[in-house]
Amino acid sequence: MTAKIYTRLDANSAAAAKGFSDLSIRNLFIIPTIAFLIIFNVFPLLYSLGYSFTDFRASTNAPANFVGLRNYRELLTDPFIWRNFTITAKYVIISVTGQVIVGFGLAMLLNREFPLKGLVTTLLLLPMMLSMAVVGLFWKLLYDPSFGIINYFLGLGKFEWLADPNVALYAIALTDIWMWSPFVMLLSLAGLSAVPKHLYEAAEIDRASSLYTFFRITLPLVAPILMIAIIFRTMEAFKTFDLAYILSSQPNAELIAIRLYKMAFLEWQTGMSSAFAYIVLIMVVAITNIYVKYLNKVKER
Amino acid sequence: MRKKLTSLLAGAALAALSATQVFAEDLVIFWAEWDPANFLQELVNEYEAETGVSVTVETTPWSDFQTKAFTEFNARGSAYDMIVGDSQWLGAASEGGHYVDLTEFFNEHKLGEVMAPATVKYYAEYPGNSGKFWAVPAEGDAVGWSYRKDWFEDPKEMAAFKAKYGYDLAPPKTWKELTDIAEFFHRPDENRYGIAIYTDNSYDAMVMGVENAIFSYGAELGNFETYEVEGYINSDASVAALENYKKLYSFTPPGWAKTFFVENNQAITENLAAMSMNYFAFFPALLNEATNPNAKNTGFFANPAGPTGAQHAALGGQGISIVSYSKNQEESMKFLEWFIKDETQKRWAELGGYTASAKVLESEEFRKATPYNEAFYQTMFKVKDFWAVPEFAELLTAANQRLYPYIVGNEGTAKETLDALAGDWKKTFKKYGRTK
Repeated sequence: MTAKIYTRLDANSAAAAKGFSDLSIRNLFIIPTIAFLIIFNVFPLLYSLGYSFTDFRASTNAPANFVGLRNYRELLTDPFIWRNFTITAKYVIISVTGQVIVGFGLAMLLNREFPLKGLVTTLLLLPMMLSMAVVGLFWKLLYDPSFGIINYFLGLGKFEWLADPNVALYAIALTDIWMWSPFVMLLSLAGLSAVPKHLYEAAEIDRASSLYTFFRITLPLVAPILMIAIIFRTMEAFKTFDLAYILSSQPNAELIAIRLYKMAFLEWQTGMSSAFAYIVLIMVVAITNIYVKYLNKVKER
Repeated sequence: MRKKLTSLLAGAALAALSATQVFAEDLVIFWAEWDPANFLQELVNEYEAETGVSVTVETTPWSDFQTKAFTEFNARGSAYDMIVGDSQWLGAASEGGHYVDLTEFFNEHKLGEVMAPATVKYYAEYPGNSGKFWAVPAEGDAVGWSYRKDWFEDPKEMAAFKAKYGYDLAPPKTWKELTDIAEFFHRPDENRYGIAIYTDNSYDAMVMGVENAIFSYGAELGNFETYEVEGYINSDASVAALENYKKLYSFTPPGWAKTFFVENNQAITENLAAMSMNYFAFFPALLNEATNPNAKNTGFFANPAGPTGAQHAALGGQGISIVSYSKNQEESMKFLEWFIKDETQKRWAELGGYTASAKVLESEEFRKATPYNEAFYQTMFKVKDFWAVPEFAELLTAANQRLYPYIVGNEGTAKETLDALAGDWKKTFKKYGRTK
């Protein structure tokens, strides 16, 4: 279907019934939105781009000096920053993979009729409705080596989830998986229920194995919507702050968002942190682009 | 009717006018959210009773105190007239033009003599030895130790300790004794641990913990006048101090990897540790039976001496400064004049504030008032502090990044850690043109 460009107000539309003209819609809705975007998004974005080439510090009254690409050079050669990036990449991979496996698995389980299905689905959705900070605080208690319920039930004794530098990042990822698997589940469920039943019937007639049915029918048809879930979760995981900030202060679990926060609001290196934010932005845009390209390919199939 | 309306309007206008009048005299002091801020509110209520000028102490949690204060400064905001700011902020806030220069006020009232020397040096003066003052020492504070008297005085424990270490079990006088006692009481099987120390690396907690060791070992962070760090922070004494701090970490309760004042007081209230490092400001809670079931069995001691006999402690506490953007600077000056009076300082100490007034500190009355005041008095004359330069937060980040993996993560050696830290600090000082 080719998109039809409306140059005039559709005579049957609700807006026409209320007497809105194209012009008034533009003035009432589009111009304010664009103005809002320019003032609060585009302008600060460009302004901070300018700052990223200076040694500006918001905490002093000293004027900003132009330093060229020095901030970018320093950041990209700082081994601690690279460690933050490596940690973040590891975190994104673990947490998104976990969410897709758990979320999609749950969706497969829920994609059938059983008593109290609605209630079970709603209960499963609860974690993602909580605030990140609250989840961080109570998982900190759950993980506690002295009185935490997790060690008690798993019989792990005094296992240090958050204090052990090699485990902290996994512990945070686990919490993130607990919280956001329901989101993947919800989208997968929507995808699953849209798969035409006759395809399964045809597969059954052909005596296709359940594995074959899954890989040849279910997965390809759910893939586009699953990809959207993955894009969202990757972007979110990439900029995780609150959960990790509350749960652990391990350097091995210091995600880029935390480092960026410290640089900008504890150290007040405004110029440097603007440059850092741009590096992160470029990375997120690049990763999202790869996903979108892949998504389009999946859709074409 | 019309007359009635006019008089009503006039009345409303008058009310509005007088309301702004009162509002103009309102002073707002910004501080972090903790007990001393409540004590200060009680104190300033008395100022209001005397002068009619109301003063409000506005607080925010410690974790975002610095961020919130500097956000307001950066915006040149007049929300706060005075601020009880951390000692490390002096450089950033004075060079940034956020604090009013109080040098004249200081000299006029001879505050250099009225307040304990260390508090003047660290809470008020910037740059070091410049004779320029930006704050009035308000809340003196330093790191001290609390301990379980009942564990220490148990005859069985005393005999076992003497048999093992060859000397009597008592509050430690040296870091060696501190470490021995921590090792002695560390019994994970009995759910009892040796010691609680600071390990939180999100701001300055862990670094201040380590400073207690470094300073008492006779080492320094660097030369505060020339900004040299090589041979100071990575000196042999400093390396030995860091090794000792790491050793103490092995005697802490499980999961002791992000701990600050809350956790360290819990170590005593929850029967976890024999000794616990903390700021004096948090000790009143340990004497209160409502917050500490072991209140009767809790004792206190000053940070012990190192191997050379040097004895110092990391400084906490804050001075009170006037914000340059305040619209009530004159009124604030008047308030400070009241605040530094001897009787106000005495009252401040009575309410639970840690006065920096030398006269009050030295008085018998103050030193006998609580079980920890004597230790506090001794400590306040030998405190040392972190860098107060505007880029202190960067120096702090570097210290956190280097020290934490060594202490908690078991990475590298103390020498490697401190050499790397010296390198980071050198780079930062060079970047800001303090060294060549």
